[in-house]
Amino acid sequence: MSDDLAARLRARDLSAAPAVLNLVENRSPAKRAEIEALLAGVSPAALGGEAPGHVVGITGPPGAGKSTLLSALVAAWRARGRSVAVLAVDPSSKRTGGALLGDRARIVYDPEDRGVFIRSTAAGTRLGGLAPSTRAAAHALAAAFDVVVIETVGVGQSETEVAEVADTVAVIVQPGSGDALQFLKSGIMEVPDVLVVTKADLGQVAMRARRDLSAALRSLGARDTPVVAVSSVPPVSGIDELVAALDAHRSSLDLEARRLAARRAGALADFVAEHGDAGLRAVGGRRAAQRLLAEQDPAADIPTLVRVLDQAARS
Amino acid sequence: MMRTYAGHSTAEKSNELYRSNLAKGQTGLSVAFDLPTQTGYDPDHVLARGEVGKVGVPVSHLGDMRTLMSGIPLGEMNTSMTINATAAWLLALYIVAAEEQGVPAAKLQGTTQNDIVKEFLARGTYAFPPEPSMRLIADMIAYTVTEVPRWNPINICSYHLQEAGATPVQEIAYAMSNAIAVLDAARERVPQELMGKVFARMSFFVNAGVRFIEEHAKLRAMSILWEQIGRERYGVEDPKHLLFRYGVQVNSLGLTEQQPENNVQRIVLEALAVTLGRNARARAIQLPAWNEALGLPRPWDQQWSLRIQQVLAYETDLLEYPDIFEGSKVMDGLVEELLEGARAEMAVVAEHGGAVEAVAYMKAALVDSHRERIRRIETGEQVVVGINKFTETEPSPLASGEDGGILTVDPGVEEQAREAIARWRAERDQAAVDRALAELARVAADPSENIMPATIAAARAGATTGEWAQTLRDAFGEYRAPTGVGEATAGPVSVELDEVREGVEELSEQLGRTLKILVGKPGLDGHSNGAEQIAVRARDAGMDVVYDGIRLTPAQIAKSALDEGVHVIGLSILSGSHRELIPAVMDALREVGVDVPVVVGGIIPDADVEPLKRCGVAAVYTPKDFDLTRIMGDIVALVARAHDVQLAAARA
Repeated sequence: MSDDLAARLRARDLSAAPAVLNLVENRSPAKRAEIEALLAGVSPAALGGEAPGHVVGITGPPGAGKSTLLSALVAAWRARGRSVAVLAVDPSSKRTGGALLGDRARIVYDPEDRGVFIRSTAAGTRLGGLAPSTRAAAHALAAAFDVVVIETVGVGQSETEVAEVADTVAVIVQPGSGDALQFLKSGIMEVPDVLVVTKADLGQVAMRARRDLSAALRSLGARDTPVVAVSSVPPVSGIDELVAALDAHRSSLDLEARRLAARRAGALADFVAEHGDAGLRAVGGRRAAQRLLAEQDPAADIPTLVRVLDQAARS
Repeated sequence: MMRTYAGHSTAEKSNELYRSNLAKGQTGLSVAFDLPTQTGYDPDHVLARGEVGKVGVPVSHLGDMRTLMSGIPLGEMNTSMTINATAAWLLALYIVAAEEQGVPAAKLQGTTQNDIVKEFLARGTYAFPPEPSMRLIADMIAYTVTEVPRWNPINICSYHLQEAGATPVQEIAYAMSNAIAVLDAARERVPQELMGKVFARMSFFVNAGVRFIEEHAKLRAMSILWEQIGRERYGVEDPKHLLFRYGVQVNSLGLTEQQPENNVQRIVLEALAVTLGRNARARAIQLPAWNEALGLPRPWDQQWSLRIQQVLAYETDLLEYPDIFEGSKVMDGLVEELLEGARAEMAVVAEHGGAVEAVAYMKAALVDSHRERIRRIETGEQVVVGINKFTETEPSPLASGEDGGILTVDPGVEEQAREAIARWRAERDQAAVDRALAELARVAADPSENIMPATIAAARAGATTGEWAQTLRDAFGEYRAPTGVGEATAGPVSVELDEVREGVEELSEQLGRTLKILVGKPGLDGHSNGAEQIAVRARDAGMDVVYDGIRLTPAQIAKSALDEGVHVIGLSILSGSHRELIPAVMDALREVGVDVPVVVGGIIPDADVEPLKRCGVAAVYTPKDFDLTRIMGDIVALVARAHDVQLAAARA
């Protein structure tokens, strides 16, 4: 079954996506071997190189216009003939465990278009965190889709985790709210690869937000980080520039190094999620774990790396 | 003024109905349009499927309007049109149809509902984003104040807010805030010396519930606030301009499917709320039919509602006295309390930047209030006779006729409408239509112009409703309103909900993933209150809920069910289009290979339940299934059965 799925992904069969997600989201121990087999089947070792898709993290506070922006981005990518998978991560209710995956409704696309796939997932109970399955899903879908978007909600916390999975991270900023600016200055937020100011139709306010962010980036020495102003409502503007900025970042990137770092960080996160700090101490601490991971085969997939840590913890 | 809200099937059939209602003593027209007309789609658009002629009359072009008003003297008529996103277009068609009867626009009297904020909040028939929508309203106000001076260009609706769960305080505050947003927009397009006239043409459409003393106080509070807003914010001085004028449709939310004959006394009491005190008496009253919760009312049902008003007006002494509450300490105290609450809530809306900017805030507040209302009924704190008390009943002879006590629309109507519009397009002067639409597009892109002249020219040239709306969609963009469910706070826990939650947890363990449900509304019906409450309750029961909102095609629902990997699907339809749309959704699901249980909720007549089940629907819920937690329990059991999972709770 998972062999099948991996083979279909390798053949860039987009219709495998729903089944892939159903599998990687499955938490029952019985499915673990299948998930590991799937990920091994799309590892750099199996593919003979890094997965071709561009993994883009898009993150920003609620109400910043992420969904309308995504609608416009999806349309722009489709117009360029690229297939798009969106993994939308929504926060879930701490009290009930349930989640309303509502924003999805606002990403508008043609339902007959098989080149678009959207899955929304509850983040689980960790603040600002990714759903545990999102990392695996992104790695797997990057083998088949041209673009894999990971959409998360938040400012200041979630983009760190997104940055560990994505090739390129874009942070969405709503003009008029000073949060991103403050977080950038105070170092709570790391400098993203691309900053996007939405609601450019607000004119002056949006332009000012853009100027302030550029100034903050300059003072942090991040002179080259592009700040793109977009408007997703007619007259639509800035979307082509954003696509170009994301492409430019990807082509300037040492992809192998970033993906390798992503796999190692992912393995560590999965290990900690399972064994907690006690597990980490058994390996000799975070730095020791990182050193151990750095010694492994660069083409190894995440489950293989987690097994290495498991063994180290037991020995 | 007395009228009944009417229209269905075709322009011809509705015209017959209007003429017979006028003959029975009705003194005005209240036009109900079908959902494609309300949302700006022609009958042959994919989204119009199943909706043509259902909740009202389809009017796709000048020819339809001509037929609809044929033989009705428009110079003497007072016509109320329940039309919002496409109000400018329908008014244009009405103006041209009157012109052809030889009646100048200056003589036309009536109302276009034209209240877009409540569409975003409660009713769902919006077409364009908030800002251009407000511009269209301001354009209509600026145009009618000089060209159609006896027309009420907008009717601020608090009616639908109460249907969506608003408390009296919320109803007052949101309606007044909405009116302020409209007047502020109009002020930019109308010279100050005309603002008094503009203010005087603003009318309201309110709701009256069965707690009729408090409801009467609500209306007195509204008239006090309205006068104050006129004087203080807009500098209106003429006392005639400052009058709070309102029409009313009494509450449908409280009408029950169980023992539906009881709705008649509810309707009478609600009618008293808006007529008892002369100082806050309604100008126009529409009463719903006793069987609204069952399906579409028949002409006889509507006649009954008209007779209720006639008995009140002509047999009782209701209209013979000056205001009977003047000097009442109890009434004054009640009014004062409501005023205080409303002013505080209006301040919150103002802090958000006004009604347009506060849509998401108000929506979430309404979803919360509605949930509270349902909770009170579920727990029995609020008594509803026949639902949670005095439920034993003899079989009702009223609802057992051959037609099941409701009107059904001939399914052939849609096909006819599709053919008719193709003929219309073939026979008109296409070049003239193209020119008119190009001019409309130019005007739309320039906010300094008024949309009305180009709209009237397009109506005259023979453009269709769908073409007019599409031209504006291209210029303005499309929009999806906030659902309010994401912001809804977690509800209080009950023993029953806890049990369901345990079931969800156990089933999720067995499935390996959290139980995931898709809640969606196929078709054009925008009454999303029920679907929203289901979504929130499913979340509270611990499920992952994909709420896709309103206006979905069967293909969209199928694609989202597949991509999202849901375990169960809940569909809601209140427009009567379930017989076409549900089978279409089932087909679409089969086509993409999704095989999960589907449940349907809405106003579904008994006779339609079996056919729905035959096409694969697992369960059907109607307004009598008020206990949402029980529905959640059913859904858990349904999914468990579909996966051959034995739950501990079920084993016990």
